[in-house]
Parts: sequence; C-alpha cells; structure tokens
Amino acid sequence: MSVLVFVEASNGKIKKVGFEGVVYGKLAGGSVSAVVCGEADAAEVASLGEYGASHVLHVKKNYDTGALVDVMAAAADKTGASLIVFPFDNTGKAIAPRLSARLKAGLVSGALGIPSIDGAFKVKKNVFSGKAIAEVEIKTDKKIVAFSPNSVGLQKSGGTATVEEFSPAVKESKIKLIETKKLEGEVPLPEAELVVSAGRGLKGPENWGMIEELARVIGAATACSRPVADAHWRPHHEHVGQTGVAIRPNLYIAIGISGAIQHLAGVNQSKVIVVVNNDPEAPFFKAADYGVVGDAFQVVPRMIESFKKFKASQH
Amino acid sequence: MFVYTALKDFIIFVPLRKNSSYLIFKLTMNILVCISKVPDTTSKIAFTDNNTKFDTTNVQFIVNPSDEWYALVRALEIKESLGSGNVTIITVGPAEDDAIIRKALAIGADEAVRINANPHDSYFVAAQIAEYAKNKNFDLILTGKETIDYNNAEVGGMIAELMGWEYITPANKLDINGRIARVESEVGGETRVLECEMPLVISAAKGMADQRIPNMRGIMAARTKPIHVIEPAPVNAQVAITRFELPPAKAGVKLIDPENMDELVRLLHDEAKVI
Repeated sequence: MSVLVFVEASNGKIKKVGFEGVVYGKLAGGSVSAVVCGEADAAEVASLGEYGASHVLHVKKNYDTGALVDVMAAAADKTGASLIVFPFDNTGKAIAPRLSARLKAGLVSGALGIPSIDGAFKVKKNVFSGKAIAEVEIKTDKKIVAFSPNSVGLQKSGGTATVEEFSPAVKESKIKLIETKKLEGEVPLPEAELVVSAGRGLKGPENWGMIEELARVIGAATACSRPVADAHWRPHHEHVGQTGVAIRPNLYIAIGISGAIQHLAGVNQSKVIVVVNNDPEAPFFKAADYGVVGDAFQVVPRMIESFKKFKASQH
Repeated sequence: MFVYTALKDFIIFVPLRKNSSYLIFKLTMNILVCISKVPDTTSKIAFTDNNTKFDTTNVQFIVNPSDEWYALVRALEIKESLGSGNVTIITVGPAEDDAIIRKALAIGADEAVRINANPHDSYFVAAQIAEYAKNKNFDLILTGKETIDYNNAEVGGMIAELMGWEYITPANKLDINGRIARVESEVGGETRVLECEMPLVISAAKGMADQRIPNMRGIMAARTKPIHVIEPAPVNAQVAITRFELPPAKAGVKLIDPENMDELVRLLHDEAKVI
C-alpha cells in the first residue's frame, strides 16, 4: 500500500504531529511518502526517514490551506497513494475534508489508532466527544485518515528517505492573510503532552499566576473549564471540554474543576489525570488516576516546589 | 452624478454618462446556516443492536452547540446590522428533526430547509447541502466547527469543495465589510486575521457570538415560518460506522496526602511514567 502523509513545517522545524503522521503511515503497513509543506531545515526533512518515510516531497513555498488541497491532490496523483494521512489538527481539518470531496476518498477524522486492513478497511475514532469510540469502515478505493494527535508514540524505525523538491501548480487563493497575532501560552493546546487546567475553584483571573508557573515548570500548556472562558478569565482557545477543544495529553492536571460531564468528555482520554479539589465529592475524582483533596492555593505552590526539585534532580 | 434607485434587495447606481457600464452593489446578505441534531451535552451514551446503533431512549436532542451559538447567532447579528437580508437554516434529517428546526427558527432564522434523508455520513450531508445551495445566490454558508456527536469537523470543508468556494476554519470572529468577510482564526498558538471576498464557507467556533435564548415572540413566530422539505439527491455514502464501544473504565483514584506533593511527583515519574 502506498501511503501519503501531510507534514506541516514552519520556521525550519517540522511539527511533532508531522513525525507522528509518518509513524502512523509506517504502522499502517505502507511505503510512506511524506509531503513536507513549509520551510524546514534539510536535516529536519531528512530525519523523516528515521521515522519510516522512504520518500519526501518538499514544498518550500508557504501556501494557505486552500492551495495545500491542490498540493496534496497533485502529490496523491504523483505517488498513486491509496491512503492519505493528516493530523486531526486545525490545518488537517481545513484540508482533509476538501481533499476527500475532491478525490471521492472516504475520510475518517479523529482516528485513535492504526487501521485494520483485514478485508475491509476499518479504523477506530472518538465519538460523542470522547464518551464513546466508533469503528468506521471506509468504502472507497482511496482513503483518508486524520489521526488524533498523541495517538501513536514517536518511534524510529531507522531508515533513510530520498528527498525531492515538489512545486505543483496551485490555484491562487482569494483569502488574504492580513496579520498574525501571537497568542499567550507557549505550547499549543491540542498537541500538548502535558496540560495544566484550572476552573472556577480559582475564584478569579488574578489567581492564574500559579497555574502558569506550574505549567512553565513542567513544560505544559494551560487550559481551563467552560465557565472560566465564558467569564473571560481566560481566552476561549484554552477552553477544553465537549464544546471547546477535546484533548488527549499524557498528563492532565485539573485544579479547582468539579468535573461536569461536558468537561470530562473533552479530557477523559488523557493518559493520566490528576485532580486537585477541596471537595472530596467532586465528580472529577471518579475519572482521576491521582487525587489530591485540598485547597488549591496551598496544594499548587507545594506542587510547583516538588516539580522544581524533581526537575533539578534530573540534571 | 448618479441616479439612485432602490430595488428590493439591491441598490443600483446608474451612471448618466453615455457608454459607461452599470454598477450594481448588493447591500444585503443571503446566509445559509447548516445545523445538525445532536444529543444534549448531558446525555448518557449507550448503544443497542449489538453495539451498532446509538440508543436514543430518553435522549434529549438539541441543535449542535457551535451551529446554534456561533454560526446561527452571528448570521442573525450580521443581518440585523445591515438592516436587511435573509438567514436560511438547513439540515439533513428525517421529519422528527423539525423540533430542533423550530428551535433555530425561534432564535430568529427566517426560513428552514430540511433534506428528507438520514444523514449517512459527512459526504452525503455536504453533497445534499451543496446541491441545494448551488444557484441560490448565497453570500455565505456557515457551519459550526464540529458536531458534538460524531466530532468529524468535515461537512464545512466538503461543502466548500463541492461549491468551488474558499473555506476558513475555525472562525472565532467574523465581520462583514461590503463584499469582504474578515475572519479571526485561532490556529496553533496564533490568531490569523484573514480577509476573503464572498461567497465562502466558514466554520464557526467559540468567540464568534454568544448564545441567544429564544423569547416568546420568537417561539410564536417560529410556528408559522416555512420549513421547505426537499427530497435528497442520489449520493453514495463513503464511510459507515460498523460498531461502537465505550472507553475502558478507570481503575479508581489514588488519593495523595495534600501535604506530600513529592509523593505525587514520584508516582507520576515512577508509576505513571508521564514525566
């Protein structure tokens, strides 16, 4: 099976989900061609070989997502790919459905694991915002899978890739980029491996300093519950839950969040959940791996000290 | 010097000099908002028929939150700010979906279209909506950024492709200035400010508008607003759900002494191996 993987790059670096996509394609049992879109250092591009790509098409121009549909359609044509892989992030969401409609290639979005290709092509995905999992069959000859970030571990299979520059014809976009404003927070939430999240238990936006510090100490992204975003204590893009973003980090630390069913839906696929709440009856404890019953204003500063000590001992 | 004629939805500027072309400016907006029926956010999720069907027993259905709170409300705000225009809602579903259609009409949509078919998959839904929308002179098609049942985030992009229009997702802010849609899109740690000439498809996300609760006048008015029922075009679904399962249950929480955060850090490192 020939697999084509969309890999996004910017400022010389390949995004982590790009490497994950190549691993995903390799594990799906294919000979993997990766399409690197955007500026990326030569060494960075070549390193995709170690993760399983045998061939890399490098598109050096910076295109918007509309033009990238043209790029991926041309790459699919060139490589004869029967499976095309995207990350289920904002870029993937803008491109994969359009490519699916253009190529008449069935699409599964938010895939959790590797497809089973025994007779029918089936892959599992999140449904009902993480409250359930569905197995979906793709019935078309060409197939597209958009995988959830952090679904496959980054593993090197130790190969090398041939790299060629790729500059297919693309339609000119009518969308103009007027400006780009940097958002607060250093780690983008959907792909973060560690997330520190807080809720109404923090009483007001002025108390987020310790949450940000904890996140900084362990290198986590910050998140919040819906009431906090609705009250404008924190920006909307930090809202995790059923009506915000759904995430599945390795570690989710929830501080002062009671754990309403809508919030749990967006985070219950986290590998490990730590809950800090002064109410021992908070429903979130039922979904937690580790719980701390106590006042956040005392527990969090202690947690920061303990993590600092741990970090120092690691060097 | 111009003669100034108002004609229904258009204002026409007619130059008086000979041999110059007519300039026609459309000053109103014709917006199509795609809505989807989903289980209420507090619903308990269960399955029947050997885990192949969603169990709808005791499930309350609502309009998908991002379709209603952001796409529909912003469409209404745009129409209100221009003082004229039309907001049509469209859904693909059976007759029982009329209940959630009435809710969206009560919030303020002018009319509704229901494509009378089960929504087999995203492609089927998008193809039905695109089939309806072509040649209808819509300036804007809005969807929510994703539905809370199947979480696909696919229909908006597919409609754009089938219409041959541009597509922006997610849109956290939307303003209209003449024929230009100005969108703020929060992606990967930054906010991009984008402008695009209409028509285009936009998927609405948090920040674009605030939820509106329908008032009694709206609810009464919704009863007499038209729901156009249209039979589906022949389209084959591309994917199908074969089976559901529930996520594995947690083993149970391990409580840590709030005085001893070193122990928590140790467990996260030695036992859970996440740091």
